[in-house]
Amino acid sequence: MTRPPPDISASRPGGEVMAGWVSVLLLLGSWQALALWLNSRFLPTPLTVAEQIVWLTREGHLLPDFAITLLRAALGFVIAMLLGTAAGIVLGQSRLADRLFLNWVVVGMNLPAIVIAILCYIWLGLNDTALILAVVLNKTPIVITNIRQGVLSFDPAYEEFAKSYRLSRKQAFRLIHLPQLTPYLLTTARTGLSLVWKMVLVFEVLGADSGAGFRVSLFFQFFDLKGILAYTIVFVAIVMALEHLAISPLERRLLAWRADRA
Amino acid sequence: MARGPGLSLAIDRLTFGGRLLFEDFRLEVAPGEILALIGPSGVGKSTLLRILAGVETNFTGQALVDGWPAAKAPVPGLVFQDARLLPWLTCEGNLRAVCPQISDEAVELALEAVGLSGLGPAWPRQLSGGMQRRLGLARALLVNPQLLLLDEPFVSLDLAVVRDLQTLVAGLIARSQATAVLVSHDPQDAARLPNRVILIVGRPVRIVADLTLDSAPAQRTRSDIATYEDRIETAMLEATP
Repeated sequence: MTRPPPDISASRPGGEVMAGWVSVLLLLGSWQALALWLNSRFLPTPLTVAEQIVWLTREGHLLPDFAITLLRAALGFVIAMLLGTAAGIVLGQSRLADRLFLNWVVVGMNLPAIVIAILCYIWLGLNDTALILAVVLNKTPIVITNIRQGVLSFDPAYEEFAKSYRLSRKQAFRLIHLPQLTPYLLTTARTGLSLVWKMVLVFEVLGADSGAGFRVSLFFQFFDLKGILAYTIVFVAIVMALEHLAISPLERRLLAWRADRA
Repeated sequence: MARGPGLSLAIDRLTFGGRLLFEDFRLEVAPGEILALIGPSGVGKSTLLRILAGVETNFTGQALVDGWPAAKAPVPGLVFQDARLLPWLTCEGNLRAVCPQISDEAVELALEAVGLSGLGPAWPRQLSGGMQRRLGLARALLVNPQLLLLDEPFVSLDLAVVRDLQTLVAGLIARSQATAVLVSHDPQDAARLPNRVILIVGRPVRIVADLTLDSAPAQRTRSDIATYEDRIETAMLEATP
């Protein structure tokens, strides 16, 4: 009979959750106090910014801006993860491929993101393809490096197990390799999401005519601090929601077998 | 239930890292025989097991399981020195990993056979060392109850746990009439389970003692075991220059 695993603890202890909320309230309180003390139009209070978020959602372009930015980030992220994971596995498994292409990866990691974006815009024009390609080119080398490291750390004991029990390549990948890669994939996804977000916004400032980054650049031209902070808060809220509603629960579920995650 | 397969090893030559390990090595194992391969560390006992499992094929000669080349014969039930469980799968998942089509009832029966009834949903880390070995044994039996290859399955365990496991293995082998090959460096292990003990030494490897232990392993008394242990230890001493 199939029973659920006994100890997948999907929720965090109450104290930890409470500490998280207290931390957020402390931050908002400090901000409010500082804004009241400075009394400057360059630092609006959190309440003013909250009102601005509501106004921008109703009257402005906040929702469509974040929708297009999210779409670009999601596309760049997914493509970079897929390409980087495949390439990382190849580099980790093939010495020849590793020798041939590792330097490419190192170069890719060290090229300034902004330079790649400018080149993509010059070569492909100021369009979404260029923006997403720039994100992919910036993110993929990091994915390759992490996944390659994951493959290199595969435990030979499990390889022997797979060979002894004559698991097919597909079975070995699903049962032996993927679980060993999972922590690396999760770390790469977590760091990747934050990086991709930031890149998309910067590249939108640089050469897009829509999206959150583009809108922030318009606010900047008018020194509209309320608008800039409103978009920043929404940006942070989305990132936090992704972390706490998607990545963390996924991590707890996938790594439930580890004593340190139970 | 039919007896386990007969095994036939004829290694003409096997080298490893430029060193000659085996040359003209011959070994026959009768159907249903429980053979212990003993010898010093690093002599090549595990290599022989890998050859019989069809994993090691880089040698000249042949390894036959019931007349079939080992690599093409049914996968044997292999028990490793460590439990070699997949920690990211539950106990049930570990059984299904090697036997995907198995029914829920068969999973429970396999667990019950090794005293782990009801522990299907547990993670391997929640089991004691002895229980992990039992699960490894259940997995091996599930894959092939007729041919068990046991590579030092009792190392790094408390004596009481070892005795429990040995009793369990003896009972399971007696029930399935399996052919079993046990690799060990410990005369005590070799005196309890097998009905034949082979001592191998040297480079290239040669058989220096081939002992038959008459009494049935599952019914072996303490005095039988002590006698066999003495015989094995004597053979080991004689083989040591």
